[in-house]
Parts: sequence; C-alpha cells; structure tokens
Amino acid sequence: MTYAARNLTTDGRELIAFRVGDQEFCVNVMSVREIRGWTPATAMPHAPDYMLGIINLRGAVLPIVDLSARLGMKPAEPTVRHVIIVAQVKNQVVGMLVDAVSDILTITDDKIQPTPDVVSSEFERSFARGVLAIEGRLICLIELESVFPQEEREAA
Amino acid sequence: MDMNEIKEIFFQECEEQLAELESGLLKLNDGDRDPETVNAVFRAVHSIKGGAGAFGLDDLVSFAHVFETTLDCVRSNRLDPGPEVLKVMLKSADVLADLTNAARDGGSVDEARSRQLIKELEALANGEVPQASAAPEPVAKAAPVAVAPVVNDEGFQPVAFSFDDFEADEPALIDMPTYEIVFKPKSDLYAKGNEATLLLRDLSRLGEMSIHCDMDALPALDRLSPESAYFAWKISLKTDKGEDAIRTVFEFAEWDCDLEVTLVAGEAAAPGEELPMQPVPFDLSILDDEPAVSVGVIEEEEQLAAQQEIRDAAVSAAATASNVLQMAQSANRAPAEKSAGAAASAAAQSAAAQQAAASAATPTIRVDLDRVDRLINLVGELVINQAMLSQSVVENDANGTSSINMGLEELQQLTREIQDSVMAIRAQPVKPVFQRMSRIVREIADMTGKSVRLITEGENTEVDKTVIDKLAEPLTHMIRNAVDHGLETPEKRLAAGKSAEGTVRLTAKHRSGRIVIELADDGAGINREKVRQKAIDNDLIAADANLSDEEIDNLIFHAGFSTADKISDISGRGVGMDVVKRSIQALGGRINISSKPGHGSIFTMSLPLTLAVLDGMVVTVANQTLVVPLTAIVETLQPEAAAIHSFGSNQRLISIRNSFCPLVDVGRILNFRASQANPVEGVALLVESEGGGQRALMVDAIQGQRQVVIKSLEANYTHVPGIAAATILGDGRVALILDVDTIVAASRGHSLKPEMSLAAAG
Repeated sequence: MTYAARNLTTDGRELIAFRVGDQEFCVNVMSVREIRGWTPATAMPHAPDYMLGIINLRGAVLPIVDLSARLGMKPAEPTVRHVIIVAQVKNQVVGMLVDAVSDILTITDDKIQPTPDVVSSEFERSFARGVLAIEGRLICLIELESVFPQEEREAA
Repeated sequence: MDMNEIKEIFFQECEEQLAELESGLLKLNDGDRDPETVNAVFRAVHSIKGGAGAFGLDDLVSFAHVFETTLDCVRSNRLDPGPEVLKVMLKSADVLADLTNAARDGGSVDEARSRQLIKELEALANGEVPQASAAPEPVAKAAPVAVAPVVNDEGFQPVAFSFDDFEADEPALIDMPTYEIVFKPKSDLYAKGNEATLLLRDLSRLGEMSIHCDMDALPALDRLSPESAYFAWKISLKTDKGEDAIRTVFEFAEWDCDLEVTLVAGEAAAPGEELPMQPVPFDLSILDDEPAVSVGVIEEEEQLAAQQEIRDAAVSAAATASNVLQMAQSANRAPAEKSAGAAASAAAQSAAAQQAAASAATPTIRVDLDRVDRLINLVGELVINQAMLSQSVVENDANGTSSINMGLEELQQLTREIQDSVMAIRAQPVKPVFQRMSRIVREIADMTGKSVRLITEGENTEVDKTVIDKLAEPLTHMIRNAVDHGLETPEKRLAAGKSAEGTVRLTAKHRSGRIVIELADDGAGINREKVRQKAIDNDLIAADANLSDEEIDNLIFHAGFSTADKISDISGRGVGMDVVKRSIQALGGRINISSKPGHGSIFTMSLPLTLAVLDGMVVTVANQTLVVPLTAIVETLQPEAAAIHSFGSNQRLISIRNSFCPLVDVGRILNFRASQANPVEGVALLVESEGGGQRALMVDAIQGQRQVVIKSLEANYTHVPGIAAATILGDGRVALILDVDTIVAASRGHSLKPEMSLAAAG
C-alpha cells in the first residue's frame, strides 16, 4: 500500500462519509468540489452500465457515475433524494451518485485500519484504502483515483 | 520583466518583421519599385539584426548583417532588384526565419544553405549579378555616393557620379567634401527614446565636425513644455564617408526630425552664414565632461528660471537637465563607447519597429489567448443562460404579452451581439498562413525545377484563430500537391502552349457565414484515365465501374492513393489528399475539386468561421436529444413506406429520386434501442460523408435548427465514438453532437467499439 505509506502520515484529516446501498464509504474531503441534487442525465452511447450519463454543471459537461454499480453492488435507481458528489480526480471532474451524505469525520491516521482480507476481487482491493470504526459503524475509505483510473481515460 | 519575457517579445516582433520582410520582397518581386517598400524590407532585417545583437544571437546577427548589406545596395540603387536578385533575397528571408526559429526553439538550421546564401548575398553586394544577365555594370561600386538614381524609364541610362572623379578633375578642392547638416528634432524623437546628443556623437565619428546649437525656438519658461523639442543643430562635417553614412546615423530618427544634408563645395561657404538663425556654440564635450553640462545647460535654465520664477516648470526642466547629465555620466562610465552606442541603437530600433508596426495597421494590443478564451466561455454561458431564462418564462407565462417577453427579446439580441463581438476578437486574417505558403511554393518549385508564381487574394479575410492554426497543415499538403502533381515542367508547359511559369492562385473569401478558400493551379488537371486505372489497381473501384468525371476526381481523396509515378520527397507517399480531406472535415468543413484537363484544377474548401459555435439540427432519437451538424446534412425527407426496401439480412435502402441510399438507424448504432425503428414514423436526414458517399440517417423527429455552443466531452470524460462533442440546450440539459462520419463508417460494418474500458479494470 504505497498510498497508505505516502498519505497516511499527516496528523488529522477530514473525510466525507456517504451511504451507498447499505454500506458507508468515505473519501478525502479535499477532493470534493460540491454536493448537489440529482438531475436527469443525458445517456451516453456505448457507455459502461455504471455510467449514468452527463449533466450540465454550470456550463461544463459532467459525467455521472453510479457509485453503487461501480463498486460492484446493485445499480441505483436515481430519485430526487439521491445526491451527486462532485469530485476532482486528477485533472478531471466527475460526479458520483450516492444515496446520501452522512457525516464529516475528522480522524487521525492511526484510526484507519487495514482492509480486512476478505474481499474477493482484485478491483475491490484496489480502491479500498482501509476501514474506520466510528461509533460502531464500519466506514470504508475509498481511493478515487482507483475508482476512476485516469490512464485508461486518456488512452481511450 | 525578466530577460526571457523581453526575449519572447523580441521573437514576437521578429515574426512581425519577417512577415513584413517577406511581403515587401514579394511586392518588389511583383515590380514594385517604391523606395518605401525597399526601406521597409531593410528596416525589418535591420531590426532583427539589432535585437539579435542585444541577445547575443551571433548566427542570426552575422546572417542578417550580410543580408542587410546587400539590401543596402538595393536601397542606394547600386543593385537593381531583378528577379534573380529577389530569388536570392527571398531564400535569404526563409533562412533568416529558420535562424530566428532556431534561436528561439533551439533547433538546428541547414548551415550549408545559409553559408551558400551568404556567399550569394555577398556576391550581390559586390555587384556581381547572378547569371550574368544584362544588368547594369557595377558602376557605383567605387563611388562613395551614387547621386544619380536609377530610373526605370526606357531610354534612360543611369549615370554613376563619383566624387573621386570629381575631385580628380578639380584638384583645387579640399581633400574631403564638407556637408552642412541641419538637424531639428521633433518632440517625437525624444518620446521614442532617441537622444540628440548620442546622434551627434555618432556623427562626430564620421569626421571633423563643428556644431552650432540654435535655441531661437526656445520659449520663455512659462510657455515651455518640458516634453517638447526646441533646439536645432547646425552641423558642418568634413567627411569622406559620403552622404549615405550621414543619413545612416539618423536612420531611426529621420521620421521624427527635420534633416537637411547639403554638400558644400568648399570651405568658402562657411557654416551658418546663409541661414537666418543665431547659432549658439554647442559644446559636444558635455558628453564626456560633467562640469560642461552644468555650465552649458543648467546655467541657461537658471537664468530663465530667475526671469520667470515658475517653479513647476523649473523642476521638470531640471529633470530634463539631469537626464542629460545621467546620459553623459553613463557615457563616461562605459568603458567602451561602443556598448552605449549599441544600447542606443537597440532602443532606436525598437522605437522604429513600433513605429513601423503602428503605421502599418490600426492600433492593436497583445492579449493573452487564455483571457480571450475565458471571455468566450463566459459568453457561451451567457447564451445558454439566456436561452434557459427565455424557456422558463415562456413556460410560466402563458399569455406571452407581458413586458418580460419584450425585455427577453432585447436580451437575446444583446447576447447574440456580444457573442459575435467576442468571436470577432479571435478572428484573425488568414495572411500569416498564406505567407507561409509562398515559402513552401518557393521551396518545392526549387526541388522540382518548376517555375511557379503564387498569387494570393483575400489575405485579410478573417477567421477564428483555431481555424487558422489548423488550416496550415492541409493547405501545405495541397500546395505541395498542386506544385508537384498539378503543374507540369516548364518544357511540357511550353509544349502545351502555356507560359513556362506555372501559376498557383490562393484565394480566401467569406461566403454565407463561412470562409471559402480556393486553390487553383493552371497545370494539366487531373489525369482521369490514370486516376481510374490506379483506383482499379488498388481495388478502390471495380474495373467496370461507371463513374462520372466528378466521382473520378474525388477518388484522389481516398486513403492510399497517389498517382505520382515516382515517390518524391515532397509528395507521393499516398498520404496527402485523404489527410487533407480528413483535417478539413475535422474542422467542420468540406472540400471539393473541379478539374479541367489541360487547364488545371481548383480545390475549394469551405470552413466554418469558428469552432466554438456550430449550426446544428436538433433531433430526437429514442427519447434522447441529439444535434446533427448542419454542414453534414444535404436534405431532410419524410420516407414513405413504398420507398423503403429491405436489402440483405438486415440492411434497408431508401430510394431517393431513383437512386438507392442505405438507411442508417442512429438509435440502433448508438445502442439507444434494441430493435430497428420503423422508418415511416421518423425522418431521414440525407448526409454526405467521407468518401462522398451518401447515407440516410434515421431519426425519430426534428425539433429545430439552432446555433449551439460546443462543449468538450474529453475534458471530464473521454472520447465517445460516434459523438463529436456535447452542447447545452435551452432547458439546461446536455445534448450530444453526432459525429456523422463515424456513424456512417459504423453503418458500413466498422463497429463503434465501446472504448470505455473502465469495466475492464474490475
């Protein structure tokens, strides 16, 4: 885990936690640009099933990813209650559809436990950076750069 | 401002100077003998040399110097700029451009070529005319001053006038001619950073000199404007360097001063006698001696100040005096006077360059392209916002007679106007691209041994900068093709009863909101038999295919097609016209060819004026809104059941005026629906695509025609096959813009592969 070695050395960090299906995840708050409500997206031809389409974010074209489907869970059925987390991944901006934003956490690195060795797929191991136990809840810290691998987009 | 920035400005100015140089030389080539044209050419080279010297770019300086020397011969009428001379000069201009680019980007130049040209230029400067044509003998070579100008009237023989001869005939005269110079600077001279004292000092180096300063024009102190020039100098100079040398000293000041240079026969005509001014002795030693400054200038100031007691004016006058003082000090301090002189001349050059640029065009400013782009983006937002606002007002206001609607209409008009004006900021004349082409023509003409004349028209036609940037490559290809394949060799041309020199005509003009660029050559035209045979050999068409002339001509746009028998350096690798066609289409343009055997070919390109906005047909496909670029659509039609014919396993054809055209279901190709739609319920858009083939695109309905702002999909997503870009509609939703060519290609069996490989990562 080179990421852990590189990034978990700072003293406290702020994470934003959100619910997807019955699980809770969190990402570094620094990569989140804004949180907005769901608006219908324009479908993209030949896109993978987790790609819901593109929306207009104040004049820019923003792709929306169904995080549930992306993480290998049941595809979401977007409603007005869903929210879109607009995040910066390297030099691109993407929107992630999640059920709800649940919390903002300030934690120190020693609170992050290594990912349990039970996840089966290589992919799930690649984006899960660790787990947090907060008030009896299990929150999985995910790495956006693994969820949206940049190189492949540039190559495409 | 650091050195790099200054250097960058220098290179930007170099580019302007090079453009000026080339257009000047081309004018001369066309027979223009206006001395101002020659001067402009000379100034351009001189400015580049001066700037390059300041940055220590020795290669550039040494080449520019030789070039300048030769140009000086032309300027002083010692060298007639005939076609052979201009050929060398145009080549030299190319090398100068190469050297400038090499100095900026650190590339290398063809040294052999520049050495060869230096030799040729030196030969010209020494009066050797290439090809020993019946040019005037190098008469003026020995004479320091050639008084008789070369007049191009027939029957007039230029007469060289040499002072050497003059002196020989009249031994009574003194050794050196004496010149009387009246130098009266205007305030502009100082405003541009020139300094009279430095000019006078330069002058003093030419020979024995006495100076009188005329201060008659100096007003009383209350009427004295600190920024005006009041002094004039009357100089008597004994020199053997000639009048030209004297004028060279004032080279960059001559527009900003009154300068009279007269030759006085001998000492008998004492300086100053005939002029009704009261000469005041002016001591040039102030340049080297500080106390002299205080005596010569400040005392004068004090006297006047005492008379008038106006403090403010005195302060500024004192400032002027201290400027002179500083100047003198710096001249003192400089170990070698040369460096100060060089700095002054560099300053003079940049001032002259600015003046030259200012006189050539209306005042302009340099703006960072990013800022303009930001503005254009914002205006794009404004247009979208305005459309959204209008739409929601219309939805909420059923009666539609309120003043809100009136206001909205005005807003719409305003936004449209703002958009047009902002787009106009990016619009640039096509001139730079056209100028680059003249060089390419020269080079290829040289390589192929053909004689070619490039005529350009409509160089000032304006088009968006991005279009211009992307235009250079296809145009280069086409010019190469025109010269290499289009034009015949001089022998063949003469045999065909044409002049040995081929003509390539490059024209730009605006036509109905697009720019049309035409490239015409007067060559042999397309050899249709050869093209046809080649196409059959390459399996592009069937051996018995029945093609119209136009269709055969269009075959040259096929990939892997080249009719040149030999593969040359220039063209003939079979990548050429297909690349041209693709780059033109990528710009949203079209290219056509029309050819007349024996009379040449005409390529016509039609391009949009901007790449930021597109005229599109808004259509519905499987409940999705899509935009089809209007440029691709030939016509729209409502198919009737009788016109639809099934063909093969799952193909359908539509008959349009007795010809069959494949029907392409856009929804099916883009995977928006599983089964094919019923054509009778929809609308067919007849589109023309790469290779000239027509297809009928099936869409469900047409919503309307609209100008849309193009938004990149790649910025935050990835390229999607079949989709060119996205746009934002009036309701705020994103619509996709179809890439008609890929859709058509997909209908031919090239599947649109889902290139989103994110799934593969799982």
